[in-house]
Amino acid sequence: MVLNSLGRQIPEIFAGKKQIPYSDPWSLQPNAERSTRAIRRINHNGSKLLGSLREAIIATGLKDGMTISTHHSLRNGDHLLNDLVKEIDALGLRDIKIASSSIHIVHAELIPYIRKGTITGLECGVNGLIGELISKGELDCPIIVRSHGGRARALITGEVPVDVAFLAAPCCDEYGNFNGYYGPSACGSLGYAMVDAQHAHKVVAVTDNLVPYPAIPVGIPQTVVDFVVQVPTLGDPKKIVSSTTRVTTDPIGLQIAKYAANVIECSGLMKNGFSFQTGTGGISLSVAEHVRNMMRKDKIKGSFGCGGITGYFVEMLEEGLFEALFDVQCFDLKAVESIGRNRGHQEITAGTYANPFNCGAVVNRLDCVIISATEIDVDFNVNVNTESNGYLLHNTGGHCDVAAGAKLSIVVAPSIRGRLPIVRDAVTTITTPGETVGVIVTERGIAVNDKFPDLKAELIKHRVPVKDIRELRDEIYAITGVPKPLQFEDKIVGLVEYRDGSIIDVIRQVAA
Amino acid sequence: MKLQKRGQAGTMQSSDLMVVVEPADELVIEIESTVKKQFEHLIRAKLESVLAKHGATAGRISVSDRGALDYAIEARLEAALQRAGGLS
Repeated sequence: MVLNSLGRQIPEIFAGKKQIPYSDPWSLQPNAERSTRAIRRINHNGSKLLGSLREAIIATGLKDGMTISTHHSLRNGDHLLNDLVKEIDALGLRDIKIASSSIHIVHAELIPYIRKGTITGLECGVNGLIGELISKGELDCPIIVRSHGGRARALITGEVPVDVAFLAAPCCDEYGNFNGYYGPSACGSLGYAMVDAQHAHKVVAVTDNLVPYPAIPVGIPQTVVDFVVQVPTLGDPKKIVSSTTRVTTDPIGLQIAKYAANVIECSGLMKNGFSFQTGTGGISLSVAEHVRNMMRKDKIKGSFGCGGITGYFVEMLEEGLFEALFDVQCFDLKAVESIGRNRGHQEITAGTYANPFNCGAVVNRLDCVIISATEIDVDFNVNVNTESNGYLLHNTGGHCDVAAGAKLSIVVAPSIRGRLPIVRDAVTTITTPGETVGVIVTERGIAVNDKFPDLKAELIKHRVPVKDIRELRDEIYAITGVPKPLQFEDKIVGLVEYRDGSIIDVIRQVAA
Repeated sequence: MKLQKRGQAGTMQSSDLMVVVEPADELVIEIESTVKKQFEHLIRAKLESVLAKHGATAGRISVSDRGALDYAIEARLEAALQRAGGLS
């Protein structure tokens, strides 16, 4: 074991691979060529269609010990990964690793296949029950949590070699061109899948909406797709995108959003060329509404909105408040409709969005991001992966990527959730290093990282309740009481990888 | 103070708790909580102090907690005791 710079014990070897302990957000340099794969030659001009998922698995030559991937743009509506693993199991394949862009609650169906050894490793974070069971030691399956940018990096450098990518293709032709814009499983941007399409050794497009050649616009081209499979359904469209994403009505949430808007106002970033990202939570959307009003009032012309795109950002684009939207993932129906219609609504790959190892990702151009937190410690480190009971329940998403990239990252969180103090001495798991976090906004006050003395002074001048983060912690502890520290076993069941590939924290088995 | 009958107060909503008190020969406190690992000791301490304040020395006190703060615990327990005829 070695200590990383944040004081976390990191194993030198995990799941058979040597690990690098995290030191800081900036200095780790890549030492690799782009991963390669065999060049193919396909002379025929006919169909690449195969009859079934099973035929496709056989045709790709998938073998014991190999790695598969899917993308998570169908989110909790995805049936493909479950169907795929059932077929892989039926073919008697074992020791398969999953390197999907994320795994959702719906994928709890994989649990029996993990138990029987069909699936033996997760090269990606998870949401839901699988993570809980792994944390409890009830499911033995090493897991490495990666951010969106970190996952793109791992595929591009070849650290995670994907043998076969099975990519849900909502609108696809028989020669393999596809996009996510149309069809019953339309999900909009295919930003995550684009990385797999370029780097997996074999690529299968799986569609429930086969259209006559060519499927236009081409998101992922025929030149990288080996096979096409038609299936009755890719998933449940109702769970693919939210029909609506709504601003919070909770008074605590509204108060937090107002303070966050004050922070943006005082930051000096709100001027022509402003770029901005929020999540889809009710508080984030409420901040977006404040931002929209500020931009209207001061006639500010923004540069771009980024991230998981919602109808809110679409409206701001169409109103002319932003020149462009960079979209790695559409979060609601309005975003899906917009990406097929608006020239300024640009689909980008996860690598372009957030990979730290290229000539500059979009996150580097962000002025301001709003991010969430499950826990925050007095050094501004943020946890979004584990809950305060120690269970790994959430994937990182782009959290640590945007925090590192943006000029100012603003964490919004209520100070207390069901008696749990959100600002505390230590977080259960470090997802995002405090060095990349600018401001913590709670309904009880705002803590500003010492790296932003001017912002702090400006906020105080505007009578926004700025507090030292330790003062904020003490105030919260006075209400909740001091929580008893969780008990963990020595066994490490997973790693949390920072975006550059170093290990920022570990997930330990929770004591029974 | 002696409990006459069963008394119940509270809800199962987040940040609230449900308290059920029943007559029994001795004092028994049962705690279920979403934050049991972190806060069982404080929840128990609060329940005991409220019970002591009202001189309750016997009864079965069952709590299903959803992360309630101390003031809610006190209020719900007192309401349940009152409904059980345990408060004058």
